[in-house]
Amino acid sequence: MPSAQRSLIRPRIHHRDIKERLVEAFLFICATSAVAVTTAIVVVLVYESAGFFERVSIVDFLTDTMWTPLFAEARYGILPLLCGTLLAAGVALLVAVPLGLMVALYLSEFAPVKVRESVKPFLELLEGVPTVVYGYFALLFVTPLLQNVIPDLPGFNVLSPGIVIGIMIVPYVGSVSEDAMRAVPNALREASYACGATRLQTTLRVVMPAAASGIAAAFVLGIARATGETMVVAIAAGQQPNLTLDPTEPAATITAYIVQVALGDLPHGSIGYQSIFAAGLVLLLITLLFNILAHLLRMRFREAY
Amino acid sequence: MASISPSIAVEAAVPGVAEIRANVVRRRRWDIVFAVVGFLATSVGVVTLLALFVDLVMDGYHRLTPDFFLSFPSRRAAEAGILSAWVGTCLVMMVTAAIGVPLAVSAGIYLEEYAPRNWVTTLIEINVSNLAAVPSIVYGLLALGLFVYALGFGQSILSAGLTLALMIMPVVVVATREAVRAVPHTIREAAYAVGATRWQATRDHVLPYSIPGIATGVIIGLARAIGETAPLITIGALTFIAYLPDPPISTKPPFVSFDWLWSGFTVLPIQMFNWVSRPGTAFHANAAAAGIVIVVLTLAMNGFAIYLRYRLRKRITW
Repeated sequence: MPSAQRSLIRPRIHHRDIKERLVEAFLFICATSAVAVTTAIVVVLVYESAGFFERVSIVDFLTDTMWTPLFAEARYGILPLLCGTLLAAGVALLVAVPLGLMVALYLSEFAPVKVRESVKPFLELLEGVPTVVYGYFALLFVTPLLQNVIPDLPGFNVLSPGIVIGIMIVPYVGSVSEDAMRAVPNALREASYACGATRLQTTLRVVMPAAASGIAAAFVLGIARATGETMVVAIAAGQQPNLTLDPTEPAATITAYIVQVALGDLPHGSIGYQSIFAAGLVLLLITLLFNILAHLLRMRFREAY
Repeated sequence: MASISPSIAVEAAVPGVAEIRANVVRRRRWDIVFAVVGFLATSVGVVTLLALFVDLVMDGYHRLTPDFFLSFPSRRAAEAGILSAWVGTCLVMMVTAAIGVPLAVSAGIYLEEYAPRNWVTTLIEINVSNLAAVPSIVYGLLALGLFVYALGFGQSILSAGLTLALMIMPVVVVATREAVRAVPHTIREAAYAVGATRWQATRDHVLPYSIPGIATGVIIGLARAIGETAPLITIGALTFIAYLPDPPISTKPPFVSFDWLWSGFTVLPIQMFNWVSRPGTAFHANAAAAGIVIVVLTLAMNGFAIYLRYRLRKRITW
């Protein structure tokens, strides 16, 4: 009798086993696609950039102060694009740091639960607005508004998209720093209150220092976002590469240049086509650098408790 | 030795009660000032959202006629519409959802339910979080080099859908992992106890419980994909498309056709970008009208996702 039963059960177990293995293999392949995508990004960027650097020397690329790939006498110095990118990110940060910090401090330490619960969805919605719409807003609402204050501001400038990007990243920067503040143990706050400190004193002298590296990480991630932002600057900053530190002038960012070339329909394999990959590689390296920095800052924060 | 009375000593060392009261009042006032400033800073976001929407509506509301949805783009601003753009958006989203969602949900399930603790898993996790930080335009460059030229898909709906599928993957993976992790272990153990295999326990018990959480992530990811412009411009989406791709369904056998996958296309945000870049308020009005459509669409999706998560948090108590 046992043998008869076993013969009935065994094939089914065997069948189930295979199915289990197949499912697991399928899920594993899906998960490894993340690695494949990263690898593909690096391979594509490096491969096309290698073609670019065969024709343009790296020294010229890094030191030349002109970026004129579409002129007859083409010059490929990344500095003007890099400058435009960092200028826009800098303006964005000037807006996002005070605003984001206040939002995080307020929501984490001051806001009544009801206010917090009703404001946070709005901030999330703000994050959901497509960037092309923010571009429209920067060009046709913020720039005219700024022209009332600065009369000779040109229609295309870095200031207006910078400000808009800043407001755009506030929800992100705010929520990441709020997480850092919430991770500060309540015992620290209670100890501070027990010494007779007010809420503001506790916030500024206990919570903020304790969460400092987490907050710093939030801002570094914010810069990384602002650096990679494309549509707002492509629409509102003009697309002239311009080596300047004056945000009231028009300038092109790395991302805006890529958009400009892609719209122009350059032939595959031409140096103009390869140049957007070299520019993209620089962009990827910058964002990677900021992200590693943020990661290190966060690790330091985690060690504290 | 003449002893000093204790009350005098205290008064000498510590300020009077009145001063302490004044101090407390002053500090309380600073508390309130800070709370008000914090509230104002927080409302800058809400005010911006309102200003943006009011601006779009004032500029573009008069263009939102039925004709606007049923016309192709045109050189004459007053006759131009978004027919090819919204059809393109729908088709691209179909590809993105069909490829991106199963891929990302499977990856999330693997990482949460199957993955052993080893270097391969760590590598995958690092890659997922890195991909979330990659600027969207870099996905466009990847797609341009890989899908458009190396694989020969061309500047098609298929390339666009694949690009956006890869782009939303990290968001959906993270949401899936969170949703799956929130299912208590007792559920899995109960399933194992009655003889279920790991996949059976996952498919029949863990997944049904985590569907709302996964759906939230999927909706947010797709909303982001709908509004995404830069990677599609990079792969060479055309800005002037005055035809529709082949319909996916026909009345003649074999009834379904996939020719549309290879078709050129445009999408709503690219159409809007095209109109913004042109001089002249007539085209800007079109851009604003397209903007209203995009904002309403993405905000509705995001709002639904937020609502879903809110209900989820409220309802489920294990």
